[in-house]
Amino acid sequence: MNQKQSENVKISVRDLNFFYGSHKALIDNNIDILKNKVTAVIGPSGCGKSTHLRVYNRIFELYRDQKATGTVMLDGENILSPEVDILELRRKVGMIFQKPTPFPMSVYENIAYGLRLHYKLSKTEMAEKVEKSLRSAALWEEIKDKMDKPGMALSGGQQQRLCIARAIAVEPEIILMDEPTSAIDPIGTAKIEELVGELEKNFTIVIVTHNMQQAARISDYTAFFFEGKIIEYGETEKIFTKPENKKTEDYITGRFG
Amino acid sequence: MKKRPVLFRRLTDRIVKIISVLAALVGIFFLLWILLEVLFRGASSFNFQFFTEISLDGENGGVANAIVGTFVITLTAVFIGVPAGLLGGIFLSEYGRNSRIGNLIRFASNVMMGMPSIIIGLFVYSVIVYNTGSFSGFSGAVALAIIMLPVILRTTEDMLSLVPNSLREAALALGTPRWKVTLHILFKAARTGLITGILLATARVSGETAPLLFTSLNSFYWPAEPWWHFWSFFTSPTANLTVTINDYAMSPYKGLNSMAWGASLLITACVLVLNVFARYHFREKTK
Repeated sequence: MNQKQSENVKISVRDLNFFYGSHKALIDNNIDILKNKVTAVIGPSGCGKSTHLRVYNRIFELYRDQKATGTVMLDGENILSPEVDILELRRKVGMIFQKPTPFPMSVYENIAYGLRLHYKLSKTEMAEKVEKSLRSAALWEEIKDKMDKPGMALSGGQQQRLCIARAIAVEPEIILMDEPTSAIDPIGTAKIEELVGELEKNFTIVIVTHNMQQAARISDYTAFFFEGKIIEYGETEKIFTKPENKKTEDYITGRFG
Repeated sequence: MKKRPVLFRRLTDRIVKIISVLAALVGIFFLLWILLEVLFRGASSFNFQFFTEISLDGENGGVANAIVGTFVITLTAVFIGVPAGLLGGIFLSEYGRNSRIGNLIRFASNVMMGMPSIIIGLFVYSVIVYNTGSFSGFSGAVALAIIMLPVILRTTEDMLSLVPNSLREAALALGTPRWKVTLHILFKAARTGLITGILLATARVSGETAPLLFTSLNSFYWPAEPWWHFWSFFTSPTANLTVTINDYAMSPYKGLNSMAWGASLLITACVLVLNVFARYHFREKTK
C-alpha cells in the first residue's frame, strides 16, 4: 500500500482473531479499509465474512460466548479496547442487516428514534432531519404520505431503505452492510445498489455479499475470505480480472462455494 | 405386498374422530353446565342493593364491601406482582439466558407455579399476619402477588424470547443502550403477548380463595369506613368476594346463601370477561 493510500485508511485491522466459544472463526485478519470507498467482502458460506463485519461495531458482544482479540483501529482508536464508548462507536459505525428490521413503530418514529438517542432536536429540526435522511435513502418520494404507517407495512425493499435511512440519520462515518439485498426482490436490489453508489460520497461502506456480480458492480475494493482467513484483498477490478491466488480465482469463476 | 382394506382404514379414522369430538364435548358440557347453574341461581340475587349495600342482618343488603375489597386487593396484587414479574422476565430473557442463576430462577418459578395456593396463604400468614398481629387486605394482596409472580415472569420471558434477535441487533447497532432496547423496542414488539399474560394472571388470582382465608379473611363491613381511613386495609380483615362465597354458602340463612350465588356469578363473569378480552386482544394483533 503506498503513502497516498495510507492517509485515507479509515479502519485498520491487525491480527484479528475471533472465537465462538472454543471454535476459532477468524484467523489473523489484517486489512485496511479505505475512506469513502465501497469495500466488498466475498467468500463461501461460513468463511467468516459476517463475523468479521460484526467486529467493527462490536455487535457480537450481544452473545456471551463470542470473543474477539487483536486490534481494530478506527481513526487511530482501538475499538476493541474496553474504554471505548460503545454507544458512540455504534453511532459512528452504522449497520444494515440481511433481513430488513424496522422497529415496531411508525415510519417517522423509526428514524426519529435513533436521532433522539444521540441528539437533542426541536420538533421542526427533527422533521427536517427525518426528511433529509429519507431523501438520502431515496425513499422520501415513495413514502412521504405514509409517515404514520407502521414501518412493517412497507414493502421489503422499502423496509431495507428505511433501515438505511435510520442508520444514516445519526450521521455515521461508516456503514456496514451484511448481505443487505439477499432478502430483497430484483427491483429493490437495483435501487439499493444504486443507493450504495450515492452513499459512497459521504460514507465509508463495507458490504458483505454472496453475489459476485454485485460485488463487481458496486465496490472499489474487494476482500476474499476463506476459512476465516483473508486470502486476497485489493482493487475490485484486479481481484476479478487478475486474481493472484488460485483459491480466489476458483471462487470467482464459480468452481466452488 | 397385500394392501390393507380401505374400508377398515376409513372406519378407524371415523371412530377416532368421533371419540375425540365426544371427549372435547364433555369439557364444554361441564363448562356450560357450571355457567348456566351459576347464572340461574345467581341472577335472582342481583339487584341494586346487592351492588351498593352491605349486609349486617344476614337477610337484606348486598356484598358491596366485598366487591370493593376484591377490587382493591386484586389491584394491589397487580401493582406488586406485575412490575416484579416483568423485571424478572427481562432478566431471564435478556441477561441471564444461559447463566446458572437464570436457570435456577426459571426452575424455581416453574416449581412455584405448581405450588398449591393455600401454602402461599399460609406462608404470608406466618410472615405478615402473625408478625403484624392482624389479618389484613394487604397481606391478601401480597399472597396473590406471590401467585402472580411466576406466571408473569415466565410469560414475559417467553414473549421476549419470541422477539427475533435480529431486532435486538438492529436496535443495538444504532447505539441504543440495552435497557432502552428492552423497554422501547422489545416491549413494543411483544406488547400484546405481555398484556395478555398480565390479564390472564389477574383473572387467575381474582378467583383465588385459599390464599385469602389466612390473610384477608373476611369482614361484614366496608374495607375502610369512612373511606379515608384507608390504612385499615393494612390493619384489619378486608371483605372480598371469594371468601364471602365460602362463608355465605355455608350459612344457615337463606338470604346469605343466595348472596353467595350472586357473588359467584359476579366473580365468574369478571374472570370470563378478562379471559375473553385477553384472548380476543391477542388474536386481533397477531393477525
